[in-house]
Amino acid sequence: MKIKLQTKKLNVWYGGIHVVRDFTIKIPEKRITAVIGPSGCGKSTFLKALNRMVELVPGARVSGKVILDVKNIYGKDVDETEIRWKIGMVFQKPNPFPKSIYENVAYGPRIHGMAGKEKLRRIVEESLRKAALWEEVKDRLNVSALELSGGQQQRLCIARTLAVNPEVILMDEPCSALDPIATTKIEDLLFELKKNYTIVIVTHNLQQAARVSDYTAFMYMGELIEYGRTEEIFERPKNKKTQDYVMGRFG
Amino acid sequence: MKLKTRKRLYEELEDLKSKTMKMGSLVAAAVEEAVESLVRRNVRLAKKVIKEDDKIDNLELEIENKCMHIIALQQPVAKDLRLIGSCFKIITDLERVGDRAVDIASLTIEFAGRPLVKPLVDIPRMAELAVGMLRDSMRAFKEEDSLLAQGLGERDDEVDRLAHQVTRELFSYLIEDPKKISDAVRLILVASFLERIADHATNIGERVIYVEKGKRVKIN
Repeated sequence: MKIKLQTKKLNVWYGGIHVVRDFTIKIPEKRITAVIGPSGCGKSTFLKALNRMVELVPGARVSGKVILDVKNIYGKDVDETEIRWKIGMVFQKPNPFPKSIYENVAYGPRIHGMAGKEKLRRIVEESLRKAALWEEVKDRLNVSALELSGGQQQRLCIARTLAVNPEVILMDEPCSALDPIATTKIEDLLFELKKNYTIVIVTHNLQQAARVSDYTAFMYMGELIEYGRTEEIFERPKNKKTQDYVMGRFG
Repeated sequence: MKLKTRKRLYEELEDLKSKTMKMGSLVAAAVEEAVESLVRRNVRLAKKVIKEDDKIDNLELEIENKCMHIIALQQPVAKDLRLIGSCFKIITDLERVGDRAVDIASLTIEFAGRPLVKPLVDIPRMAELAVGMLRDSMRAFKEEDSLLAQGLGERDDEVDRLAHQVTRELFSYLIEDPKKISDAVRLILVASFLERIADHATNIGERVIYVEKGKRVKIN
């Protein structure tokens, strides 16, 4: 199996606080990898470090490597904006721009220099289709994105991420603000998306991690404690801490 | 990391274990009584064993439902899930042991009023070993004792050896005297039932090890 993204001794500090510690992991291509762990264990920071978004946090410092295919994204000659196109991110709360549905998706490709009305229209349609939203919005593309339901807004944000043609999609608790039905739709969507994209998802919802992911990483106090196939982590974890966490026995 | 959360799941699992233990006790007692009914030619006791098998079957269903409920409502994983999956399998083994007890009790009824072809020596010995294994497999389950479970393999070898010996001996009776064929065959069946019961006990032992260690181990 091809490794799409890997970290080597990745460390992140916020000021004096050491948030991610010597994190080394290999993330396979076109699979879903879930990162689980208790609140404050550093999951979201780890995720943000995977596309250099962490650098936007004041006082953040990073050491170690994050390698996309063969290239260290923290290398000197790397343009972090380009990295954030290639490694897109979807956030916990749907955050569409206060613009039309169409504009939300067209925005990225347009500033990315993809001109031509017809070409843009095609990208918008394709992205909305991939995000399983097209059928629901095709007749009202000029309506404000804020009129959509929470679940639709989240799928719109996924479409927006897809529009710039990423290779990896990072998701930080993408369903925690959604109801069970919207959650199911996103989960089904993830299953479709992994045919073409490498996905890393951070979740508090252990059942969701178990349902959707191929691999699961358990993180505790900034460290990677255990990483393996999801069925192994949930059926016979090797580490006592992993076992206590997945069994819900953390006091 | 204190183990204090998920109290309700804990209680449900304790209840599941104690019900499974209860089924194990009922089944072991049924085998003992079935063999006793055969040795003492006690038809009343045999009928009691047959009648009480319903209790075992009902308990199996009750435990199965309980497993389903816990899975549906509590989403257990890791060791908790292994315990539930193992209970599912253990109760099938126990239910089958119960059926073998019924089979033996039925043979007691068929033998009624006729002298046995030979005095029963090895069969009660086999029964004692097999029931001992069954009780210990359930004790290993209760106490999560993989070592005790692992030891069942050797004890099963002894039961197999005795079964082989009994069969050979009975073959010689049935060759000597064709009139004894049907009774000798019935006793051969009893030996094979007891041998199966010991196998079920080793199956239970394998589940105990799986619950404990998450590993699939063959012990017989």
